Parts: sequence; C-alpha cells; structure tokens
Amino acid sequence: MTSGGLEAGGQIPGFIVKKIEKEVYEIFIGPQHPGSGHMRIIVRLDGDIIVEADPDIGYVHRTMEKLSEVREWLKPIPLLERMTIIDACNVTLPYVNALEKLMDKKPSTRASYLRVLLCEINRVASHLYGMGIFGVFIGHSTMYMWAFGDREVFLELAEALTGARLTHTYPIPGGVRRDMPQELPGMARRAVRYMRRRLEEYRKIFVDNPVIVKRLSGVGVISKSRAVELGIVGPNLRASGVKYDVRIAEPYEVYGELDFEIPVFEEGDALARTWVRVEEIKQSLNIIEQAVNWLETHKGEPVIAKEDFDKLPKLHKEVYEREGRVKFVPAHATMKIPAGKAVARGEMGRGEIFYYVESDGGITPYRVRVVTPSARNAIVFKHVVPGHTLMDLPAIYGSIDYFPPESDR
Amino acid sequence: MTGEPVDRVYVGNINVAAKRARELLLGKLKLGEVVDWATTFSLWPVHLLTSCCGAEFAATWSPRFDAEQYGALPWISPRQTNFIIIEGTVTRKMACALRITYEQMPLPKFVIAMGACALDGGLFYNSYNIVKPWEVVPVDVFIPGCPPPPEGLARAILQLRKSIREKKLASRWLMEGWRPDRDYVTPKDDVCKWWRP
Amino acid sequence: MNSERIVEEVKNVLGGLAREIAWRKGYLEVLVEATNIIEAAGKLKSMGLDHVKSVTAVDYPKESKIRVTYHASSYSREDLMGFIVGLSVDLPRDNPEMPSLVSVWDGSVEFQEREVYEFFGVTFKGHPDLRPLLLIRELAEKRVLRKDFVVKEESIYEGVPFKYD
Repeated sequence: MTSGGLEAGGQIPGFIVKKIEKEVYEIFIGPQHPGSGHMRIIVRLDGDIIVEADPDIGYVHRTMEKLSEVREWLKPIPLLERMTIIDACNVTLPYVNALEKLMDKKPSTRASYLRVLLCEINRVASHLYGMGIFGVFIGHSTMYMWAFGDREVFLELAEALTGARLTHTYPIPGGVRRDMPQELPGMARRAVRYMRRRLEEYRKIFVDNPVIVKRLSGVGVISKSRAVELGIVGPNLRASGVKYDVRIAEPYEVYGELDFEIPVFEEGDALARTWVRVEEIKQSLNIIEQAVNWLETHKGEPVIAKEDFDKLPKLHKEVYEREGRVKFVPAHATMKIPAGKAVARGEMGRGEIFYYVESDGGITPYRVRVVTPSARNAIVFKHVVPGHTLMDLPAIYGSIDYFPPESDR
Repeated sequence: MTGEPVDRVYVGNINVAAKRARELLLGKLKLGEVVDWATTFSLWPVHLLTSCCGAEFAATWSPRFDAEQYGALPWISPRQTNFIIIEGTVTRKMACALRITYEQMPLPKFVIAMGACALDGGLFYNSYNIVKPWEVVPVDVFIPGCPPPPEGLARAILQLRKSIREKKLASRWLMEGWRPDRDYVTPKDDVCKWWRP
Repeated sequence: MNSERIVEEVKNVLGGLAREIAWRKGYLEVLVEATNIIEAAGKLKSMGLDHVKSVTAVDYPKESKIRVTYHASSYSREDLMGFIVGLSVDLPRDNPEMPSLVSVWDGSVEFQEREVYEFFGVTFKGHPDLRPLLLIRELAEKRVLRKDFVVKEESIYEGVPFKYD
C-alpha cells in the first residue's frame, strides 16, 4: 500500500485521519487498558509531557436519573446503589434522607445507628478497594492482594448484617430492613482489631515504602485554592488542606453524637491523598466500635419509625419479632410522597454525594438528580494532569480514586 | 570442542521418528485433545471492564477466592488473550470497544457474560443506552445474579473449561476454521457508528 | 449561623436581583432573571459560596419552561458549609439559552454544564468546550431527560433467544 492515500486525505474505513499540531502526539488510553478503568482519556503529548488531557467518560452511563423517574419511590434505591456497589449504603442513604425530608419522617435512633454502622463498614471496604486498585495501577501487586484480601473481612461483616455482599439495599424511608444479628458485635470487634494491626503493616509496605514515596510525592499537586475552585470532594479535598466533611458540616443520622476526627493533610499530592485514606480507615474503625457498643446496650426499639411499626399487621410484627427482618405491606411499594423539592447530601468513601429529589405528589419521583463524588473529581483529569509525564497519569488516576460507574451514573 | 572442524552431524532415523510422532500425536494422544486440554489451562481474560460487576471480577482474583488456580489470569492486551469476561451492562459506547477487543483476539476465543444486565438488561432493561452483549459477541456462559458472587464467576470458568473439552471447541475451531456449536455473531447494527465522523 | 441570618445576608448581597427567595427542604432557592445570572453568581461567590455542588435542570412541559439551578455552597467559610443556596433561572422550553457560569465558578460547573446541555439541550453561551459528555451524539440530539422522551416498559423476554446450551 502506498502512503499517498493518507496524505491525500483518503480514508480507510474505520479509521480517522486528521491533522494534528506539529510535534504533538495524540494517545487514546482506554477503555480497554489496564490503567484506564471504564473510561477513555485522550492525552496529547509533547515528548513525554502531557500538554492536554481530555477525559472521555460515559462508557458506563446507565441512565439512572431517567429510570428513577419511571419507577415507584422505593425502586430507585436498588437502582441507584449500582452506581457504586462497593459503597452501597453510603450512596443510597442521602436519597432515603431526601425522601424522609419530603415525608417529614424521622427514623428511629436504632435505625440511625445501624445505618451509620453499615456506612462505616462500607467506607473501610471502599477505601481498601481504592488502595488495591491504586496498587495495580502503579505496579504494586502486593497492595492489591492485601487490600482485597482484607476487604473480604468487611464484606463478610456487611453480609452478616444485611444478607448481601455488595448490594445491601439496607436503608429504606423510615428505617432499615433488618436488625443486627446476635453475633455481629463480636465479629465487628474482631474485624476492627485485625484491621488496626494490618494498617501498621500497610504503612510499612505501601505508604512508607521508599519506592512508593518517590513515585507519589509531588505528583498531581492540587493547591488549596485550586481545589476549592475545581470543587473536588472527599479525601482529595482534605489532602489539599480544606477541612470539609459532610459528617461535620451538616451532620446527618447520628454523626453529631459520635466521636471522630477528620484527617487533613496540607501537601495536596498523590501521597497525601493516600495518607488521608489510611487515616480515614482508622477513624471509621473507631466509629464502628462506638456504634456496636451503642447497639449492644440499647435494645428493644424497632428498626423502622414508630408510626410505621404500629401500622403493621399482626403477622408482620410476628415476623419482625422472630427474625428481626421488616416485612412490608404491599401499599409500601406504591406509596405517595407529598409534593416538594428536597436536597440531601452525605459523605461517601470517595467524597460528597448530592441528591436533588422533586416530587409532584405522584407514585414516582418527578426528578432525581444525583451528583456523585467521582463526577466532581473527573475535572482533575482535565486541569491537573497536564504538565506531568505520561508515567504519572496512572499515579494521579489511582490517587484520586476515580470510579467510572459512579461518575457516569 | 578443541577447535577441530565438525564434519558430520548425527541425527536419528527420520522415518522412524516421524512414524513414532504420528503414532503418538494422532493415535495415542489425538492432537485435538491436547489442544483442548491446553486451552482449558490457559484462559487469559482481557482487561476490559464494562460495568460495576468489575468489583466482583477483581475480588475473584483476590487471595480469598484465588481464581488463578483455574488457569485464568487477567492480562493486558487483546493480542495475547483469548477470553473476555463481560462484567455487567454494556452501554452503546462500550459495545464498540467490546466488539473491537473481540475482533483483535486470536482464535479460539471465549466469552463469559456476567450478571443479570448482560443476560437481558437486568435492572436497566428499559434503559435507552444499553445493548445486550449477546447481540454483539457470541457468549458461551451466562452467570445470573446482580452481581454474581466471585464463586459464581469461578464456577462459570470451570463450566467453560468443561464445555471446551466436551465439545472440542478449541481444536475444531482451529482445524475447521469455524465454531462447532453456533453461528458466528455479527452485530446487526453498526456498534461503532457513533464514533465515526 | 442560623437560617434567618443567611437569608438576610443573601438578600443584602443580591439587592434587587432576586425575584424570589424561599426555603425548600434542605436549600435556599433564589430565583433570578437569565440576563442577571452572571452578576448574581459573582455576588454570591464574593459572599463565600465558592463552589457548585450540582447544576440541576428540571423540565416542566406544562409551564413550558426549564428551570436550571446552581446548588452552591462553601469550602472556605465554616459558617456557610452547612447551607446550600440554589441559584435558579427559568428558561423557555423551545429555545433554552443562558450565559455560562464557567467564568465565575470555574471547574466546578464545567462538566456539569456539558451534562445539562446534552440531556436538556440548554445552550450555555461562553462555555469554553460545549459538547456532549456522557452520551453519543445520536442520543444527545434526543434530549433524553426531557419529559417528552419516554422510556418504554418493554417485556423482558423481547428478543431473548430461545435456545440455550
């Protein structure tokens, strides 16, 4: 084949021929790539330096906002949970909170504690998932093996509490689906003890490892003012020195009564973002202990709102007494919610999630808008990555813990 | 060797060697079976993540479940792999990537579709942005569940290995140039239409 | 800071720009004209609402309007962290067009305005890079999140092959 066809603007079917600037090289990374996840990043390189990065997302866009509008109020809960199945309770809790705001309903305190317990279990599992994937990205397989192995401990805990490894569908308007089983407090305490010991080993092999420190420090630096301008969230924001956490800023559930700290680092680089995750796991372990202690000493309250529980028929109450599981009357599936607009937010493992729920008084939501932490962190690719070498791209990607299904919804 | 020139090379009797090899490969071992047997122990899933079942896909290769013991390990490039695991929903954008990846892989190649979304859409069955993966690539094993647990994926890999050996998928595909059990799937629509200018 | 003081502060800052200020569940909605929105956004930003959590658009076919709301909040002022102010604007449904707020709120609205553009067809004038973000072109032209795009409740058995092995 002669090269004349291309120079003359001839086209090979399936290929795009276009002119690029002199000495700028365009690379498409993903979606089939070990370092891209479910997305594509189009980077333009000058030598080895990235001059422009354009995240091409939407490969996992499953139209959850539209589908929520055609399903009854309860059904979006399992639907929206699929955005981040590794963090399933955190991602659906603000939706449930928004419904509760519209209905003027308050969950029982026991339900709130159970929600917080599952949220923190999920947060630990989510951080471990992020660190494991980060390990794969920068070629540190041991971290992947350790983090995924230890994540199973917390999945087991969630399974004992809710019955499902990942997709719990645990919070529902007014309460939770199941009560805590008898053996959970013991399991949780053992898991917490085990994880505290393991974190010390993580520090030795990963975050204090000289190879990792050289690879990550000073990479992908986001200054405090830039982080605020870009509106990034979660551990990435706190690594840049902004002390913002929804659990402190606008305490939901029982976070106001619990004792925990918000780790903040000033450096703003990839290493600081990893450190924030490690420190957050420690705080989550503290919360799990507190929640379990409370739940063990305060028994007897139903796990759904009092007014709902009184309305249940006798048979359903018996099921609750016997199995600790809430059985609903069919009317729950087609309940109507008073018209209005509500906003709710919560702190996921990856950052702040925002829900806007509007009701017109019908049996389905009029509009559900959800902005996930990854959707807000995606801007980092465009504005922070340029100026780094191509080798730094996986390090930055892994350190912001970007999860495409969450971002694309 | 002490620097003396070599003037002859000793070889065996080539006729005898050829006869023995023929007897061994075709008579005793049957080459096709060797191919099938070898393929079952070298399934390399390509690194293509389509949706959220990827969380369980990653957990399957974690220390607790250790799917590497079944002879499968995710590998990076489609040119060196022979196996796709579709993790859940395939969107319209991803369908193009899925098909291109499938086309790039050498024969024989296999597909496992994971999760309810890959079966019939699952929770997203009336979404405007999804395609059914069996319309894009031929699927060998479906796993139900949303998401299927890692045990389910491990079992599907075992099932695939079983059907490769029972149906002689790999050897017949190589020798006869076609898949013995079904027609070659080509997508009805142009899945990459959106990308062309 | 309590909820009355923030209403006062927003009223003082915006002056006559706000057509309507009301508490919804969880946020303070401020309705302004589309022509004033850059000025209003600039004033809110100078007050300390330095980032946008969500650019939310809602379609009201009966009133033939699309309401775009910028849910802004603060990272830098600790007393504002617990509040969300929604800066809303009503646009006509047949030709929705408004100035882009990338010049005010920078990166925090850039991708979300692209999203609203592809889902609702709202054109943001002055946006540096206005093209579909998540959807393919063919779908983006259908304006999928508007109410007149209806997803069908189709049978789950439709198109499923009968033969399995």
